[in-house]
Amino acid sequence: MADVTLTVDGKTITAPAGTLLIEACRKVGIEIPAFCYYPGLSLQAACRMCLVRIEKIPKLQTACTTPIAEGMIVATETDEIKQARKAMLELVLANHPLDCPVCDAGGECELQDMTFKYGAGGSQFVEIKNHRDEQQWSPVVFFDRPRCILCYRCVRVCNEGMDVAALGIQQRNAGSVIAPNDQTSLDCEQCGMCIDICPVGALTSDTYRYKTRPWEMTHVGTICTHCGDGCKTTLGVRRSDDGMQIVRGDNRDKSGLNGEFLCVKGRYAFDFANNTERLTQPLVRQPNGEFAPVSWEDAIQVVAQKFRAARDERGGSGIGVIGSTRITNEEAYLLQKTARSAFGTNNIDHHRTTDYVRFTRALAGQDHRMAGISDSISAPAIFVLGNDPTEQHPLLAWNLRTNVRHNSARVYLANHREIKLRHQAKPFVQISGNSYGKFVNFLGGASEPFGEDAAAIRDALRNEPNLLIIFGSELRGDAIDAMVKFGLSLPDAKFACLGDYVNSRGAADMGLYPDLLPGYQPVDGESTVRTEYGSRFPRQAGLDMGQMFEAASRNELAALYVVGDDPVERLGVSAQALRNTFVVVQDMFMTATAKLADVILPTANLYEKSGTVTNTFGDLQQVKKAADRAGVRSDLELIVRIADTMGEDVRTLVPFGKGVRADMGQSRGAQSGEADRHGIWLAAHDLEPKLSPFDPNAILDEIQRLVPGYDFDRIDLLAGNSQHVEPDGSGLVQISQTASRPDGVIPSGDTLFTSGTLGRYSEKLNEVEVFQAKKSMATAG
Amino acid sequence: MPRLVSHPEEVKVVSRRFGQGATDIERYIELDGYKAVRQALEQGPDWIIAQMKASNLRGRGGAGFPTGMKWSFVPKQSEKPKYVLVNGDESEPGTCKDHLIFLHDPHSVIEGTIIAGLAIGAKLGFIYLRGEYRYLLKIMEKAIADAYAKGFLGKGIFGSNFDFDIVSQTGAGAYEVGEESALMESLEGKRGIPRIKPPFPAVVGLYGGPTVINNAETIASVSHILNMGPEAYANLGSPRNGGTRLFCISGHAERNGVYELPMGYNLKKMIYEVAGGIRGGRQLKAVVPGGSSTPVLLASEIDIGMDFDQVGKAGSMLGSGGVVVLDDTVCMVEFALRTIQFYQHESCGWCIPCREGTDWLKKTLTRFHAGGGEAKDIDNIRYLAENMLGRTFCPLGDAAAMPTIAFVKKFRQEFEDHLNGKPCAYGRSPESQTLAPALVEVS
Repeated sequence: MADVTLTVDGKTITAPAGTLLIEACRKVGIEIPAFCYYPGLSLQAACRMCLVRIEKIPKLQTACTTPIAEGMIVATETDEIKQARKAMLELVLANHPLDCPVCDAGGECELQDMTFKYGAGGSQFVEIKNHRDEQQWSPVVFFDRPRCILCYRCVRVCNEGMDVAALGIQQRNAGSVIAPNDQTSLDCEQCGMCIDICPVGALTSDTYRYKTRPWEMTHVGTICTHCGDGCKTTLGVRRSDDGMQIVRGDNRDKSGLNGEFLCVKGRYAFDFANNTERLTQPLVRQPNGEFAPVSWEDAIQVVAQKFRAARDERGGSGIGVIGSTRITNEEAYLLQKTARSAFGTNNIDHHRTTDYVRFTRALAGQDHRMAGISDSISAPAIFVLGNDPTEQHPLLAWNLRTNVRHNSARVYLANHREIKLRHQAKPFVQISGNSYGKFVNFLGGASEPFGEDAAAIRDALRNEPNLLIIFGSELRGDAIDAMVKFGLSLPDAKFACLGDYVNSRGAADMGLYPDLLPGYQPVDGESTVRTEYGSRFPRQAGLDMGQMFEAASRNELAALYVVGDDPVERLGVSAQALRNTFVVVQDMFMTATAKLADVILPTANLYEKSGTVTNTFGDLQQVKKAADRAGVRSDLELIVRIADTMGEDVRTLVPFGKGVRADMGQSRGAQSGEADRHGIWLAAHDLEPKLSPFDPNAILDEIQRLVPGYDFDRIDLLAGNSQHVEPDGSGLVQISQTASRPDGVIPSGDTLFTSGTLGRYSEKLNEVEVFQAKKSMATAG
Repeated sequence: MPRLVSHPEEVKVVSRRFGQGATDIERYIELDGYKAVRQALEQGPDWIIAQMKASNLRGRGGAGFPTGMKWSFVPKQSEKPKYVLVNGDESEPGTCKDHLIFLHDPHSVIEGTIIAGLAIGAKLGFIYLRGEYRYLLKIMEKAIADAYAKGFLGKGIFGSNFDFDIVSQTGAGAYEVGEESALMESLEGKRGIPRIKPPFPAVVGLYGGPTVINNAETIASVSHILNMGPEAYANLGSPRNGGTRLFCISGHAERNGVYELPMGYNLKKMIYEVAGGIRGGRQLKAVVPGGSSTPVLLASEIDIGMDFDQVGKAGSMLGSGGVVVLDDTVCMVEFALRTIQFYQHESCGWCIPCREGTDWLKKTLTRFHAGGGEAKDIDNIRYLAENMLGRTFCPLGDAAAMPTIAFVKKFRQEFEDHLNGKPCAYGRSPESQTLAPALVEVS
């Protein structure tokens, strides 16, 4: 729209016509206070805090509902307006309990801040305040009515943002009350957005309420460890008896690729870290068959000796290595590097939840065709085939809903279930679970009996110039090729392939494959990696996960190193199969695999370490250590120490100590935050000396140097932004067998309330799952 | 059925069929019914709107917006269907005129609705009755059914090629939905809260379509205007205030009731001649001229013409035509409390100043009247009301604030008399829970 010019408090402002006055003012630094106005949600004009004086209009006007107009003359801070705001606050505070000293929101409360600014410190109000008892609406949501100022943000974020509509308003006048639409409890996705968006302490979460004061926590921005969307989460951590404990997860600062969004897992399911079953001591199986706690030195000694013996006696092919989808890129990279260069084996695999290999291969030679997750909030048209984003990729679902709401994006949907996202889709086509391949061929022009709606989708898709195609693990093998081929026939289509866990994509990119090196380079080809990994690195592809267990059952696998995975549970491996294999498990819990291990090394989780992860859309992000737990070690540290104890040259494995010291000895203002920024700058320019082989930045240097596609702006990454990486599959095309290689995909089948092994150890998640299951049963029956 | 009152000073236009059995469609037709709509069908939209403009008819709901102008704001072309909406959510304390129209002359509402539909190009009209008027719905529904049976509603009304349907609906008992946009929310089946304006209903109204929403009395006047000619109608009233108005006199007048008098009729004369003066020969203390939301007038301020402009000049509002007469037995603090009790009860709760302000005022006035007041309370009551005024989402906040300010301003002495635990000078002990007589008394 054309720009208009107006005057606010004597300042001349130019902004596009139709911009709301409150937004136009904020852009030039004039902050107009508001409780109910919330960018992205529908307008309310209910709190009356944003009243301003507009010349020629008799009454004060709400800046949140007034579109700017040419020549408008506005005053925002006159005595009249200050008085109006002060009076509004006096009115709100008349019934608002002043229990700030114990309120969760104390210290980060918008009502406190506003009262501080407009000075409604005194009150003429002497009557008894209206009171209602606190209510619990779900395992995670509590409501304290007296604190509620009725800004309706919660109702709107639930209706509009989440498309759930679990909240409504009951009664009227001063008796108005926010209430669940389903009797006395919430039937919803338990995302906690209502709590997050509450400007006061009316909505509180079970995991955080009455636990601590905001200023007692350290706030660390890192990445959620659950699904493959890779939301940024700000963890509030506090000192505990055995380290630093996470007490809260949110993203109130709206940083990162998820803005303010977090789902139930991101917000509450950090409690697995505090589970009492957590392992905190290395365990070594004794001759009597029982585990006994030993020192780290002893445990690592045992592991190193056995691995070395296995390698030296049986050759590298006698060792198997299984990585994880929840370790960092640095750990995944180091794990495969150690396996290949130190153990001398290509027997490397991980839990594959989707076929990134085939996806990368299909896009070989194409540039800028892999979509970042941010594309889902801006693309004019999106085609989602398979998957249930609401359950499995909550941020993607949030983005798509937002895109539809704000930009009228067109969402096309084909799925074998009636997934919730169909509300936003026009049209939605239901196909059978085994016909995804046929459906893709149908899109490409094959005649298949899918009906009129499907034909309408096909015809519409063909006319979309900027289509974003997102598909789940229902698409495999040739279907992925066909899908990509169809997309490439459109002008500027982009693609995304959905995998299940926080670093599923990173595990694939980092080469946790028996036949592929980091960046999907064939293991038998020539590459810089080959020249750098040394003489033990075999040319022949190794065993995949299934083959490793078969080899073990044939007594052909002397040692198995499982880092953060539970293949025994997933694949139903028998104890018998591993009876002659020396099994080392690095995990947080006594998993089914750990139970069969000879040595268990208790590890830190993603919230307790630093590094990077890559979400399923190829957005690379930095992970920062937030929590700490006595008795555990990061996987990175353990890999290094095992290799070191085996007698490997750690400097070859981890290129630390190469940096140039260049701080010039200047002292930086710690209080101003300048020291932090300076630190980022040093690290980004490789000037910060990496003095420790446990510094993941040292591995990141090598990843950036050796992994094709991992070409990113280091300073931007370290400053907390995401970097889109796009590996090239050209190497894959050269090897014919990649088209026919088994994909080995086992989708996790997680829902909104499950999250693999971690989910099983999250009490809150389990509680919510049971609660919602009862709700569904009550609704159904 | 309430007893009808009458007085020779009355000029019966809208009320001319009251008591004539006009709920019967044949009787209505005998009494010149469904004549105007036929003429309107012949003449077309532009002519109708010109007639309405010439009549100087102003909205009878309270705001007094010129009806012809309102209709002319509706865009001629619209992708969405247009609607006519009759606001029969008569809820302002002191007002009981629409009630009589629905009771005695429902067809005049139907006829006016069709004419409004013709004027703006709508094919569907809604007649929305106040929730508490549920018992009138039967009358309205029968009238609509009779009109359908005659071919006056439905496909090709009156043998023309114009289709028009009418649906009636009752509210659920909320004063707030008398506000036009809240009424539309309610009619759409949602919570009765007002909408952000602009857009105004004429552009985006019911179900998002352009909508004309008029008070029932306004709509009932339409056919009479066409029948008698707009100039003749306009000339009945005062300048820029065409026609007559149903005044609802209640309180302490000798002969309470609904009287139809020309716009601009003198208020003093209305009370002392038409309504027969003050009951029992007592002294007049004050008059609320246009329903409980309008600022009170002192006995010395009532020698004014009752039209929108003159009452406005006197510092109050003509409002909905509810004239509440208060004699010298009335405790004005108690009356202020009774008034604010109503607005506190009826606040929809949407915006802070109205929700919290009315609640606070009610609590303070309750304590104050009961003898627990302090001197600073008097200023505080006024401060509160003044800080609500003009800052609420919809006019309900003003409706609560305006009379409160006037009570404190004009009867400050009575407030001061309640201080220091003194018994109420009007015979009610501070502990007494008895309140002033209900504002509306329909005999």
